[in-house]
Amino acid sequence: MRTSQWSAAALAAGLVVTLAACAPADESGEGASGLELTMLIGSSGDAETTAVQAAADAWAAETGNTVEVIAANDLVQQLGQGFSGNNPPDLFYMPWDQFQTYAAQGFIEPYADELENADQFLPALREQFSYDGQFYCAPKDFSTLGLQINTEAWAAAGLTDADVPTDWDQLAEVAAALTTGDQVGLSMGREYARVGVFMNQAGGALVDGDAIVADSAENAEGLAYLQQLIADGSLKFPQELEAGWGGEAFGLGKAAMVIEGPWINGAMANDFPERQFISVELPAGPAGPSTFAFSNCWGMPVGSETREATIDLIEFLTSDEQQLAFAEAFGVIPSTESGSAAYAEQFPENAAFVAGVASATSPVAFQGASAAIADFNTQLEQIGSADPASLLAPLQANLQAAYDEANG
Amino acid sequence: MPRAAVRPRRGGGIRRGEARSGWLFVAPAVIITTVFLVVPILLALWVSFSDWNGFQSPLNPRVSFVGLENYAAITVEEGLDQRNFGTAVRNNLYYVLFVVPLQTIVALLLAVQVNRAALRGKGFFRTAFYFPSVTSTVAIVIVFQFLFTASGAVNSVIGAFGIDGPDWFNDSTGIFHAMLGAIGVAPPTSGPLAEPGFLGISGWQWIAGPSVAMSSLIMLAIFTTSGTFMLLFLAALQSIGADIDEAALMDGAGPVRTFFSITLPMLRPTLFTVLTLGLIGSWQVFDQIYVLGGTSAGGTISTPAFLAYRSSFVDLQWGQGAAIAFILFVFIIILTLLQRWALAERAPRAFRRATTTSTTAGGLR
Repeated sequence: MRTSQWSAAALAAGLVVTLAACAPADESGEGASGLELTMLIGSSGDAETTAVQAAADAWAAETGNTVEVIAANDLVQQLGQGFSGNNPPDLFYMPWDQFQTYAAQGFIEPYADELENADQFLPALREQFSYDGQFYCAPKDFSTLGLQINTEAWAAAGLTDADVPTDWDQLAEVAAALTTGDQVGLSMGREYARVGVFMNQAGGALVDGDAIVADSAENAEGLAYLQQLIADGSLKFPQELEAGWGGEAFGLGKAAMVIEGPWINGAMANDFPERQFISVELPAGPAGPSTFAFSNCWGMPVGSETREATIDLIEFLTSDEQQLAFAEAFGVIPSTESGSAAYAEQFPENAAFVAGVASATSPVAFQGASAAIADFNTQLEQIGSADPASLLAPLQANLQAAYDEANG
Repeated sequence: MPRAAVRPRRGGGIRRGEARSGWLFVAPAVIITTVFLVVPILLALWVSFSDWNGFQSPLNPRVSFVGLENYAAITVEEGLDQRNFGTAVRNNLYYVLFVVPLQTIVALLLAVQVNRAALRGKGFFRTAFYFPSVTSTVAIVIVFQFLFTASGAVNSVIGAFGIDGPDWFNDSTGIFHAMLGAIGVAPPTSGPLAEPGFLGISGWQWIAGPSVAMSSLIMLAIFTTSGTFMLLFLAALQSIGADIDEAALMDGAGPVRTFFSITLPMLRPTLFTVLTLGLIGSWQVFDQIYVLGGTSAGGTISTPAFLAYRSSFVDLQWGQGAAIAFILFVFIIILTLLQRWALAERAPRAFRRATTTSTTAGGLR
């Protein structure tokens, strides 16, 4: 019995040592050609995957490397798996809501300042992808939220171009006018990334400098406005309309207006090609206009073996020319000043999204905040019945705890 | 014991080298078990005591030992992590309380029915009942999603009886809360039930019962797993000889009496297997939750297994994820031991008396 125990223990110990000794696989770093890069993307659909693959192939042909583009089913999970398995992709979409966490944990390489076009990115995006004062990764593109209006429903309700809402009262009026038996006036995702816009339009914010101010009166006012719309019956969330997201409710004709970003164009073209609609800027709240800007960046794992080649590829992918090609393929807005200006000219129907940049803020995403935001999204299921203060109090506490932990 | 182990080595002669050959023969199994089971479990145990953030190997020098910090964060320290864990435990507890007894009863009834000699098309029914078990859970969840949408088939059917069905997978109302509400009990605004209690969950929330969304998943689980367990019961039923049933018949026992006094006691080992497998399986429920997104329905369908995944891969709190997994592991072992004790063969006299009284009281009329 004793022998067996000892040999088992020895065997286990041996294996642990072997496992620990597994050094990171050495890939050939010399030379800029002949490399095999992997790129992990969180694709919005076939259009995006094809466009990214085409761009990567063009670069690969030019430089003599190969790039394998992998469209993730679940980007965050697959990234986590890659990093923990010590085998992260050479280049990946870094989601905005995870960026701070990844930067704080030292997962990603702060390469962005070395890019040739580093100073051409929009300042707001530069800031979003900076951690601790350092510009980490190149913004891939960006999107802002706008208000989509179903033009058929609009005309059917007897509304004209002059009725396009520019403030909260007008929005409530048209939403009520558009609400019929089987169509609700307004819909949007029941989440902070949509609802938060109204909190900001009321003058609120979640973070003010170093203080967490989620439970402010302004935020409560924003939620109260939405509750009024819900009480009027002119705002319903996609879940209540049996749709997966706002765009689906819009495409199915169950909602006459939704709040989504430029990705709605691709989604409508693919799934509901007959839907006629326009996108306008979000109506302004009592404290002025406000919208959210979302952007992913091109992430590179820290200490990447293929650093030089990857930087070259990123420069290629973030060039104005390439970004405009992406814009055409799947509707995102280029992340550079000149690119976004060219975009507004080339796609006048999307000018509202570019115009939104002036009043755009990035959703709160400091390290650990995503769990607090996820909990708030869950709490929002009670938005129809709960008191705004009771929704914001746990958010305040959770954000404060996460903030203290991130900075403590 | 020590003597037996030592003897072959000293003995020599014909038994010489037996131990070595023995080790050689079991070596493949030992190595596979060690590499794929023992080492991962030990690594996970280490992760649960470390601050590993999921970057490079968990054994790299930058990872440090943090003691019980991860365990404390989810069990005793007030905060979001603790509440999420508490909610997940509550959800899973109700899931188990409903799924395990129901699936066992349904499986047993199905097995008894398809075992009847007089049944026509036995093969068809056996296949039909077993079919959900061999189908991927993911596929079934997606079919259930269609069936259980607000205007889906289920609501159309119950709508025919004038009942306005809920939006199943999105409804976070606890069914006990709904029942209490129906008899006029309002949620307490103060007092012990409203205060955060065990694992940060208030007493009122502990008694919520499974949410409507969770109830749909409970139905799904019963639907998918009953077939497997039916097969186990069926095998056991077929090993009970017809002579025993005949003898019971001669002694004047009716079908109900035969079932409770003869069949059920003879199925005890199988019952133990089914209950144990059911208990373990339902504490580990993951795929259904993952497919549904896990955070929908007000967090009422999240389970510890899902939370372990989410904390690790999404929030990069690998230590907490591993800690949740180990708490779950220990918890399942304790429950299994408890159940083993509860189902153990007792002194025959006491047992007979207990069953006799219960069956006579149970309506043998």
